[in-house]
Amino acid sequence: MDKIQSLYEALAKVEGFIYPNEIALNWDMLIVMYPYVTGLVAGAFILASLNRVFDIKALRPTYEISLLTALSFMLIATMPLISHLGQPMRFYEMLITPHLTSAMAIFGFVYLWYLMVVLLLEIWFDYRYDMVIWSREKTGIMRHVYRALTLWVSDTTPKSRKTDEKIGYFITVVGIPSAFLLHGYVGFIFGSIKANPWWSTVMMPVIFLFSAMVSGIALVMFIYMVVTWLRKQKIEMIVLDSIAKYLFYILIIDFSLESLDQVHRIYVADESFDILKILVHGKLFFSFFIMQIGIGTIIPLLTLGFLQFKKPNDKIRKAIYLILSICVLTGIFFMRWNVVIGGQLFSKSFYGFTSYKVSLIGSTDVLLSLVWFIVPFFILAFLLWLLPPWKKAPAPH
Amino acid sequence: MPLQVKRLLLVFAVFIGIMLGLKYFLTPDSWREYGPYRGNALKEIVNQVPKFVQMEDCAACHDSIAEIKSQGEHNPLQCEICHGPGYRHIDDETVKMEIPKGNAVCMRCHTKNAASPSGIIKQIDAVEHSEGEDCINCHNPHQPWL
Repeated sequence: MDKIQSLYEALAKVEGFIYPNEIALNWDMLIVMYPYVTGLVAGAFILASLNRVFDIKALRPTYEISLLTALSFMLIATMPLISHLGQPMRFYEMLITPHLTSAMAIFGFVYLWYLMVVLLLEIWFDYRYDMVIWSREKTGIMRHVYRALTLWVSDTTPKSRKTDEKIGYFITVVGIPSAFLLHGYVGFIFGSIKANPWWSTVMMPVIFLFSAMVSGIALVMFIYMVVTWLRKQKIEMIVLDSIAKYLFYILIIDFSLESLDQVHRIYVADESFDILKILVHGKLFFSFFIMQIGIGTIIPLLTLGFLQFKKPNDKIRKAIYLILSICVLTGIFFMRWNVVIGGQLFSKSFYGFTSYKVSLIGSTDVLLSLVWFIVPFFILAFLLWLLPPWKKAPAPH
Repeated sequence: MPLQVKRLLLVFAVFIGIMLGLKYFLTPDSWREYGPYRGNALKEIVNQVPKFVQMEDCAACHDSIAEIKSQGEHNPLQCEICHGPGYRHIDDETVKMEIPKGNAVCMRCHTKNAASPSGIIKQIDAVEHSEGEDCINCHNPHQPWL
């Protein structure tokens, strides 16, 4: 009878008609964290790449911070997925049994390519000269750490620096489509699930990509301000204004794409439209209209738009930028939430709903999600200590 | 070729070598026997003991109940829907089947639900209908007459 009791408890979460396998959500908050964290990686990296490829001087102080932020988050990008697995110790099987028949199985390739070939290489070439210098300056164990990081190459000739610069530039150029690939791929995972009308749209990879860029840029803006404040240095307003300008542009594109997707849904109004309308106006009202669109998009868009024409004094602007970066980061989190959780709340019969409740106590997914969001900041603190961008030698040109 | 590139290529070669080594030693034996999955998984699934037996197997011993049930509206339902899986009981009759008590089992299907197809399964509001009395006081679950 226990089973029947638990069935009744499960049915209490349900409204209308729903298939039995839809009552409990299979993809919980950890799966919300996965596209969120991956998006931060791709966004931060794209900001760094745009900076380098288009040689935007004002963004130069954020270049290394962006790269190291991308690396910190990339190192734990797989952790939400691994923690979500029923059998976490089997995760390596995906890497040793590669095949091309499932979009999810491609992740091993995409991840390794991006981490090993793009991020690590770009950071390595960018820091190689400095690591050689630091290995000469430091004593004790740090000397050996830096020497090991340079792979025991101590060449600091102008020719070798030029080679670093050239290869680094080439990797950046390859890195932009790679970052697009990484987050486009995450969007594709959802967009390709044709049985789910809330996910199944060809726009999904593009929407994911632009929202990733928005969140990555907001994160770099936030980290730049916090790191500069912690170092007791003056925040350069030209840097913040430039980041804000790019955030504004990308936010416009992101908002337009998402609006286009919604307008298309509303106009086409296929058989799934009624249930999606009830979903958006009911269970997703707070997370969709208030958090994602209101706090995460409209408020930042209007404020950033206003700041393009009229600039209050530095102190106010700093406060505005700090608040806006948090708003955008929150909004994009709720965008991922609305996609991942929203897509599982309605029945594929289109006649009913289930529910998902977040509780801080007794729900491992929420606690683990928090852990996987906080850990990258510690990794970043370590990387900034190991590879301080402010102690780098100026570029050769 | 610049020295740093040579070193990097060496590191990559070592990394790829380690990955290939891991792949060689850790790939499950029957991987790709039929497709991109462990072939042995199929054999393991086939070897699992079925938990549910069939109505005909129940009827082999409980023929009188099967006879009554075959004339009622519950005729198409498998015995194990209410009595639980019978794979142990069929081998050893001392292992008892589940005998549902209370109304919960009945209400799994018969609770009033606006989204359920009406006219196919009879639906009631349990409190209004029987004021908490057990369903089986009036209805024989093997041959419900209403």
